[in-house]
Amino acid sequence: MSTRIYVPRETAAISVGADEVAIAIARHAKEKGEKIELVRNGSWGATWLEPLVEVVVGEQRIAYGNVEPGDIPSMFAAGLLSGGEHARRIGPTKEIAYLIKQDRWTFWRCGLINPLSVDDFVAHKGFAGLTKAIGMGQQSVIDAIRKSGLRGRGGAGFPAAIKWQTVADTAAEQKYVACNADEGDSGTFSDRIMMESDPLGLVEGLLIAGFAVGASKGYIYLRSEYPLAHSILTRAIVAAREAGWLGDNIQGTGFSFDIDVHLGAGSYVCGEETAMLESLEGKAGVIRYKPPLPAIAGLFGKPTVVNNVVTLASVPNIINLGGEKYAGYGVNRSTGTLAFQLAGNIKRGGLVEKAFGLSLRELIEDWGGGTASGRPIRAVQVGGPLGAYIPAEHLDTPLDYEAFLGIGAMIGHGGIVVFDDTADMAQQARFTMEFCALESCGKCTPCRIGAVRGVEVIDRMIADENRDANYELLLELCDTMEGASLCAMGGMTPYPVRSVLKYFAEDFASSEGTGK
Amino acid sequence: MTREDYNPASASELMRGFGSRPEMLVQILHAFMDRFGWISEDAIRQLASELNLSRADVHGVVSYYHDFRTTPSARHIVKICAAEACQSMGSRALVKHAEESLQLKLHESNDNITLEPVYCLGNCACSPAIMANGKTFGRVSATRFDEIVAGLNEASS
Ligand SMILES: Cc1cc2nc3c(=O)[nH]c(=O)nc-3n(C[C@H](O)[C@H](O)[C@H](O)COP(=O)(O)O)c2cc1C
Ligand code: SF4
Ligand code: FES
Repeated sequence: MSTRIYVPRETAAISVGADEVAIAIARHAKEKGEKIELVRNGSWGATWLEPLVEVVVGEQRIAYGNVEPGDIPSMFAAGLLSGGEHARRIGPTKEIAYLIKQDRWTFWRCGLINPLSVDDFVAHKGFAGLTKAIGMGQQSVIDAIRKSGLRGRGGAGFPAAIKWQTVADTAAEQKYVACNADEGDSGTFSDRIMMESDPLGLVEGLLIAGFAVGASKGYIYLRSEYPLAHSILTRAIVAAREAGWLGDNIQGTGFSFDIDVHLGAGSYVCGEETAMLESLEGKAGVIRYKPPLPAIAGLFGKPTVVNNVVTLASVPNIINLGGEKYAGYGVNRSTGTLAFQLAGNIKRGGLVEKAFGLSLRELIEDWGGGTASGRPIRAVQVGGPLGAYIPAEHLDTPLDYEAFLGIGAMIGHGGIVVFDDTADMAQQARFTMEFCALESCGKCTPCRIGAVRGVEVIDRMIADENRDANYELLLELCDTMEGASLCAMGGMTPYPVRSVLKYFAEDFASSEGTGK
Repeated sequence: MTREDYNPASASELMRGFGSRPEMLVQILHAFMDRFGWISEDAIRQLASELNLSRADVHGVVSYYHDFRTTPSARHIVKICAAEACQSMGSRALVKHAEESLQLKLHESNDNITLEPVYCLGNCACSPAIMANGKTFGRVSATRFDEIVAGLNEASS
């Protein structure tokens, strides 16, 4: 009998040495004549413990955290294969508090299974949602999504069922599902963890969406900064096709659907849905005017469901367990769970899938353990580069879409970036404008010109040239961008800038000057 | 990465792999980048003619996206994440360190290395992050940065 050992093949784990650890384990086992089966799983999302190695002992998986290649000889000597005691040993994976206190609705298979094995996926309820959906019929699937209250996880929080219904009700010979995997927001990596750890979970989400709206073709638009996700996702899709879960007449049901993966090319604005559609058509990612809505005339002018990775990956369990069950999680109009991502200056960074309604403080303190530096928190940016910088005094705000809007902030894709008290917030405001100038698609002037002007005005404030007059000017510029931009790139860039003006204005006087 | 110099036969073969369909232009440009390392004027002319697009169309797409370069890069490409989560963990200082130790500014190349910014590698729980020749590294201190760069040079010497 060989002992099974899991070592993640996931970007964050590999970025801190998981490949080297896997090689060291294989080599050491060979030298010692120990029989092992090395499985490269995805990540559980407890990134701060990576590389997280697990050994299967009886019915349990025993976890060892922050393993380095140099630890392997002593871990073997300590009886690794029977879960032996060692400084790196954490204990059974299913007792890790960071993980068991979560509400894993969408990410529950991540870490658990071999992402490239269709058999492993099917053995863990894989494609059960699709099979059930086909049995229910199209309208019942959309009704289940409506009952769940599922809202788009890509940023805007738009109800998924409304989009699906529109596409279903629009007559056309060809319809599409376009999955937004551009994940451009700093501080976010939940799409990536899903695609690297449970890619078939996403594939199943696309299949169900395609079935519900009458589409036969899906695209996944993946950012090019994710080469490992690209490789895992494409291999998983090939495996699913070979096993008859993609292509013509899937499992003899009469339903046909296939998926292509397209790469983005380093443009943030291509995450906006109409720019993404342009890019999928091989063009520059310039924003389209709306209407028409993509649900009516989207990709190649056809009705198209555009949904984020996490939105779609939440679907199979909504079908499996029922929309009401999902709606039982969360608060108010923020039903269900969100995969929050703890990032930046945080001690225990990683993915935390929780029902909406807990406070930012609970996430940052109970899960995150405070800052990595050990210094006090100064600001938290939630929702990516267009999200406000929230000062420490607002940390008790509950994570609820509407409650965040109430403090001029947004939850967006759930990225939470923590800054300690050494942060220079004037530089953060400057970067917001600089990033907008860099990424603007150029279609409208308030954004294209406004952002460049914004950087200049902030530079003058930092250099103390008419600081008060420039403060007023910057506010006016924010009004113009917010009011007159065509999309949220220019329209929301003012949010983080305003938050710095409101809560951290003193930093313009103390800033270390201009520059990066 | 095995690179070859741009040549029309190889370029045609790549395009045919995508059915020479104009709507695959962005994907084809990625394939060109992987094989040739950059998009030359000659390549743009050939793309336009074989995909039935105008040269201005192809130019427009090439220049729109940060990934597509119109000049060759050095042998190794090192990208430092300059987005917010990495900023909160000292990426600005890491950029300074890189610029000093490599004697390069961002967007510049020497014979060996091209240094660039990147805006999020999705490794924000292990900030600061960098990508070297397509591989992502996390928790990158100045010392670790130097080791990673030394490793690139070793691997290619
Ligand atoms: C500038 C900008 C960037 C965006 N980037 C992304 C992104 O990277 N991923 C994403 O899913 N949505 C992104 N969005 C939101 C999309 O426009 C769209 O709302 C979303 O893909 C719809 O899917 P959902 O309803 O499932 O969230 C972005 C929006 C804007 C304005
Ligand atoms: S706001 Fe900016 S990104 Fe959006 S359409 Fe206008 S120029 Fe393009
Ligand atoms: S912000 Fe640097 S990896 Fe995400």
